[in-house]
Amino acid sequence: MDGGKDIPPVPAPDEARAPKVGVDEWVASHGERREQRAGLVGRVQTELERVPRPAFYLSFGIAAAFLPVFTNNGYIIRVGFDTLLYMLLALGLNIVVGYAGLLDLGYVAFYGFGAFGYAMLASPKFGLHWDTLLIIPVVVVASAILGLLVALPSRRLLGDYLAIVTLFFGQFFVTVYQNGNHISVLGLTRGYDVTGGPNGIPNVDNFDLGGLKISSLQGYFYTALIIFMLALLVVYLVDQSRTGRAWRSLREDPLAAELMGMPVNRLKLVAFAFGAAIAGLTGTLFAGLNTAVFSADFDVPTLIIVYAMLILGGAGSLGGVILGALVVNVSLEVLRTPGHATWIFYVVLAATLLVKVRPWKWLAIVAGGTLGLGYAAHAIVSSAWPSSVGGQTSVGGTLGSFLQGWVLHPTNPRIVGNITFVILVLAVLGLTLLHDWQRRLAMIPTICLAAFVWENRLVVEPSITRLILIGVILIVLMNARPQGLLGSARVEIV
Amino acid sequence: MNWNLFVTELTAGITHGCVYALIALGYSMVYGILKLLNFAHGDIYMVGSFIGLGIINGFGGATNVHINVVLMLFLMFAAAMLGGGLLGVMIERFAYRRLRSAPRIAPLITALGVSFFLENAAQLILGAQQQSYNSFSWPSSPIALNGFVLPAQVHVSYAQIIVVAGTIVLVIALTLFVQRTQTGKAMRAVSFDREAAAMMGIDVDHVIVVTFFIGSALAGAAGVFNCISYQQVFPTMGFQAGLFAFTAAVVGGIGNLPGSVLGGLLIGLAEAFSIGYISSTFSQAIVFAILIAVMLVRPSGLLGRAVVQKV
Repeated sequence: MDGGKDIPPVPAPDEARAPKVGVDEWVASHGERREQRAGLVGRVQTELERVPRPAFYLSFGIAAAFLPVFTNNGYIIRVGFDTLLYMLLALGLNIVVGYAGLLDLGYVAFYGFGAFGYAMLASPKFGLHWDTLLIIPVVVVASAILGLLVALPSRRLLGDYLAIVTLFFGQFFVTVYQNGNHISVLGLTRGYDVTGGPNGIPNVDNFDLGGLKISSLQGYFYTALIIFMLALLVVYLVDQSRTGRAWRSLREDPLAAELMGMPVNRLKLVAFAFGAAIAGLTGTLFAGLNTAVFSADFDVPTLIIVYAMLILGGAGSLGGVILGALVVNVSLEVLRTPGHATWIFYVVLAATLLVKVRPWKWLAIVAGGTLGLGYAAHAIVSSAWPSSVGGQTSVGGTLGSFLQGWVLHPTNPRIVGNITFVILVLAVLGLTLLHDWQRRLAMIPTICLAAFVWENRLVVEPSITRLILIGVILIVLMNARPQGLLGSARVEIV
Repeated sequence: MNWNLFVTELTAGITHGCVYALIALGYSMVYGILKLLNFAHGDIYMVGSFIGLGIINGFGGATNVHINVVLMLFLMFAAAMLGGGLLGVMIERFAYRRLRSAPRIAPLITALGVSFFLENAAQLILGAQQQSYNSFSWPSSPIALNGFVLPAQVHVSYAQIIVVAGTIVLVIALTLFVQRTQTGKAMRAVSFDREAAAMMGIDVDHVIVVTFFIGSALAGAAGVFNCISYQQVFPTMGFQAGLFAFTAAVVGGIGNLPGSVLGGLLIGLAEAFSIGYISSTFSQAIVFAILIAVMLVRPSGLLGRAVVQKV
């Protein structure tokens, strides 16, 4: 370091914008916020804020209840059921991560514990066929106790240690589920078959709520919806209570919370147990509908997907849990079909451009440039190498014929697709370094590149593309909008 | 007592422990400076081993290498360390830098996302199947077979010797760098108190970039080491290795470089002996038990000092 000769001059404070002493940013921007509320959109916003939150949740429940009325399509109801399961999972994780601010990376182990617990107590595996109304409380309480036990050794440690201990615990559980077909006590006894190992536990009983047998998909959908609404109510009430406020203060500043006399350790344990109990409950529902459980459903990818839902919706926000699970799960389902996925990809791309590129003049330049560059590249490359247009796009119709003429589809896209994928990642990273007109101009080739990679590589491997997108969601959201879609930004006192 | 099994597991444990120690060093350095648990570190190790594989394949494949083997080993390490280091610097620049003053949980979740992204991008590009690595010849038969015999009929391969010797060289070089150079001094200062270091005129951004580069380069080298002696590469290999290496760093005392090496060797030995004597499927559980035990008895690790938190 050279002794500070390149220290930039301190900029003069802008009198109008600088916060006054003793006034935080939020108060200082009061006038600005008032002006934003003008006009029709502002009016609607203001009115919506007056509606109490529970009304939103209730209207979601009512709307969801009509889903099986409108459609008989088993696939759609199945996706609805899965989405409800994810909502429950995200709700439980929201308590641990969103309220208490503890990073729990073993969360899906509790989900698996619930599922295997139900499967063991209600299947021919051990000849047990308990009543569902008895199993659910047993499994929920057992999950909560397990949660306490996991959190116990790490309760005094920093969040990072908790993360690693819970991650290990989750991995340990997956190992046990996978190899549970010959568990012996310290190698001394013969091996007992507990979890069925790679074969899982088949032939699990359906739910039987005090004589009311639930075997149809619709029945499970409504059961899951009722359980979710009840869980939501409980979590809402807890959030409003003394404990909920204590959790939030713990999240914001554990040290200050402790100094204020809050029982920090106990609060952490309770949050952990609460989250684990909800995950266990979700597991019983999962096992009840699928009538078979396998260890692969409770591994890291599921964990990351639930995290992505929570982060997208906004950690700490109940509406965010609903929205995040809905958006992520439905888009993951849509991505399974290449034709639908391609539509979604271009619609999202166009919408992002529409929202992010201003003023309109630039939007026209970027859109026109992208189209022009695509056609130009297509014309030049295809005349030089005819094999570069030998492939097929995955959608039909107008969009398909447009893409066929605009994006190159090589006959053998694997290798060139892989190389352009890496270039695309670098190009997108490079975009974040540029500003203003440079960034907008650089967008044009990047979008063309993205279309090429999408058409030739990503859409061909939907199962990997889904997971890559989940990773991207986590990184981008944390950097750009850590509060998620519905969460409220932290108010920093100046 | 079966000495053959014991010595075999001992050598395997030391070899594997060296790999964990190298990964743990990077974890520890990054943690010491940013207080960030870099989950993506294990995936840098994976990328490093694939770069090594690419070099072997680039020079005619494992069976008929058409350049000098020593030169090729050097090229593999140079490429893997450079590639790993650059990847680490990119991750820091684009994923973590903006989150330095964010609540602690934000960079952790980002790190999770980066790790997930790298793993799946590697699967997209390289395929999910295991690829086989080594068995290039030196001097006459494959280095994993060629070697010498210890007492009790235990075979030690050249590959294992390369791993241990290479680790020792890298650890000494790192120690000299951190203790003797100007940049190393700056790194220690930033790790001690970032704000005070910045006020003393240390370019904190620069120091963090250097830290990420060195730590990730060590992980890249560890990737090549692991594959020379264990011969399998696959995109998800970084996850468990990262987990074990982090445990090694915690056991040794996170932020403490000799501690990381000690912890790495300890975890490698624990894993090897549990595979040899107890059960191969539950070696992870045993490492987990060690972690819990250390955290209960000595939360600051074997060589770490307890930190008094100041407000």
